[in-house]
Amino acid sequence: MITILTDHWADLVAGLRITLSASLLALLGSLIIGVIFALFVISPLKPLRVIGNIYVEIFRNIPLLVVALFFYIVIPQFVVQIDGFTAGTIGLTIYTSAFIAETVRAGIESVDIGQMEAARSNGMTYLQAMGYIVLPQAIKIVIPPLGNQFVNLVKNSSVLAFLAGFDLMYQANLIVSSTLKTTDTYLAVGLLYLLMTMPLSYLMRYLEKRWAKQPAND
Amino acid sequence: MQRKKKKLIALWLTLASLLLVLAGCGDDLASQDVLTRVKASNEISWGVKSDTRLFGLMSIKTGKVEGFDVDIATAVSKEIFGDQVQVNIVPVTSNTRMSLLKNGNVDALASTLTITPERKKEVLFSEVYFNAGQALMVKKGSQIKSVKDLTKGTKVIGLQGSNSVENVKKAAPEAKILQLPDAAQAFAALKSGQGDAMTSDNAILYGLAADDSDYEIVGGTFTKEPYGLGINLGQEKFHQAVDQALQTIEADGTYAKIVKKWFGKIDGFDGGVVK
Repeated sequence: MITILTDHWADLVAGLRITLSASLLALLGSLIIGVIFALFVISPLKPLRVIGNIYVEIFRNIPLLVVALFFYIVIPQFVVQIDGFTAGTIGLTIYTSAFIAETVRAGIESVDIGQMEAARSNGMTYLQAMGYIVLPQAIKIVIPPLGNQFVNLVKNSSVLAFLAGFDLMYQANLIVSSTLKTTDTYLAVGLLYLLMTMPLSYLMRYLEKRWAKQPAND
Repeated sequence: MQRKKKKLIALWLTLASLLLVLAGCGDDLASQDVLTRVKASNEISWGVKSDTRLFGLMSIKTGKVEGFDVDIATAVSKEIFGDQVQVNIVPVTSNTRMSLLKNGNVDALASTLTITPERKKEVLFSEVYFNAGQALMVKKGSQIKSVKDLTKGTKVIGLQGSNSVENVKKAAPEAKILQLPDAAQAFAALKSGQGDAMTSDNAILYGLAADDSDYEIVGGTFTKEPYGLGINLGQEKFHQAVDQALQTIEADGTYAKIVKKWFGKIDGFDGGVVK
C-alpha cells in the first residue's frame, strides 16, 4: 500500500484536490439551494409549495449517477458544453440539496409555531420572522443531520469517476487498471477519503456542542 | 493400517487411469485430422464470439449468431468441403476460445482472434482475414483526420484500463485523455462533445458507427492487431486448406461481398484485406 501511495502520489494529490473542490462547491451550493427549497416547501403560498415539493421529490428519488450523467451527456447536447467536473458538481449539488431541503424543513417544523406567531404579532413580516427567529433555531436543530449530508456528499463525489472528472476515485481506477493492485489501491484511497470525512464529522460535532450550550434565542 | 494404505493406493491408481483415459479422449478428438473427419461426417464446428457487434452477435430475432466471422467461417467451410457441409457455430468468449479449440470442441476459431507471437506457439493462424487495429472515430466534418491531429488542446475519449489508452498516449502525447467505463458511455460522451475523438479497436468503433451515420472512422489504424482464423497445432493439412480457401474467396469476390454486407455502411472502413 505504501508503494501505491509513493509511486502515484502526484496522481492521488491531483485527484484529492478535485474531490475537495467539487465537495466544497457542492456543499456551499446545496446548502443555499436546500434552504431556499425548504422555505418553498413550508411556504404559505401554494405555487411555491408545489414547486418545492416537485423539486425535492424528483431529485431525492433519482440515483445520483443518473442525475450526474444527465448533466454530462444530455445538457451538452442541447444547452451548454460542460465538462465532467462541472457536470458532476452540479449533479452532486442538486442531488444533495433535495436532501438538505428535507432536513431543514423538518428542522423548521420542529420549532414551536408560537415562535412564528409571537414574532409576527410583534410586527415582523413573514420573511423577517423566518430569517431572524425561526431559521436560527432550526439550523441548530438540524446540525447533526446536516453533518451526515455533508459527509455523504464528500463520499458521493466519487460519482465524478464515471464522468472522467479526474477525482480521487477516477485516479484510483486508473491506478488499478495499470498496476492491477486492487486491494492496496482501494485501501489507500479509502484512507484518503477518511482523511477528508473525519475532520468534517468532528467539525460538525464541535458546532453541535457549541451551539447547543447557548440558549435558543440569543 | 496396511489395508487403509492399500485402499489409498488403489484410489490413486483409479484416478490416474481415469485421467489418462480422459486425456486420451481429448487428445484423440483434437489430433484427428480435421479434413478426413469432416469429409466423413460432413459437419464442421467453428468457435465464434456471440457478443461482438458485426463479427458475431446473437440475434434476438433468429436466435442465431450472425456476423462477419460467421459468414467467413461458412464461406471457408463451403469452399473446402462443398456447399452441402453443415457448419455449426459454437459461441465462445475471449476466455474460453483457446481451450475449446485445444480440447477439440471446435475445429477452428473465427473469433476476432488477434495474431500475436505468443499465440503462435499455441495455435496455427491462417492468413490475415481482417485488418484490426486501433483507430479514431470522430463526428463527420471534424478537423481531426488522423492521430497526428490530436495536438495540444484536443481531448480524446478512451476506455478505462484498456491498452488503447496507453497506445494513444504514445501516439499523441499532448492530447488530454478522458477515460470512461465502457464503450457505450464513451460513445455517448463523444456525442455530447466531451471529447474531440474516441479511440478503441476499429472493430468496436465500426460497431458503434454502424448505429450512427453522423460518425466516421478516420486515419486508418495506428496499431496493427490483425485477426486470423485459429487452427489446432498439428492440423497442417487443414491449415493449408483454410489458407487456400481464403485466397479463393478473396479472388472470386465472396470476401468482398461479405465485407460489404457487414461494413458497407461504415464511413472510413479499412479493415478488409482486399482493397
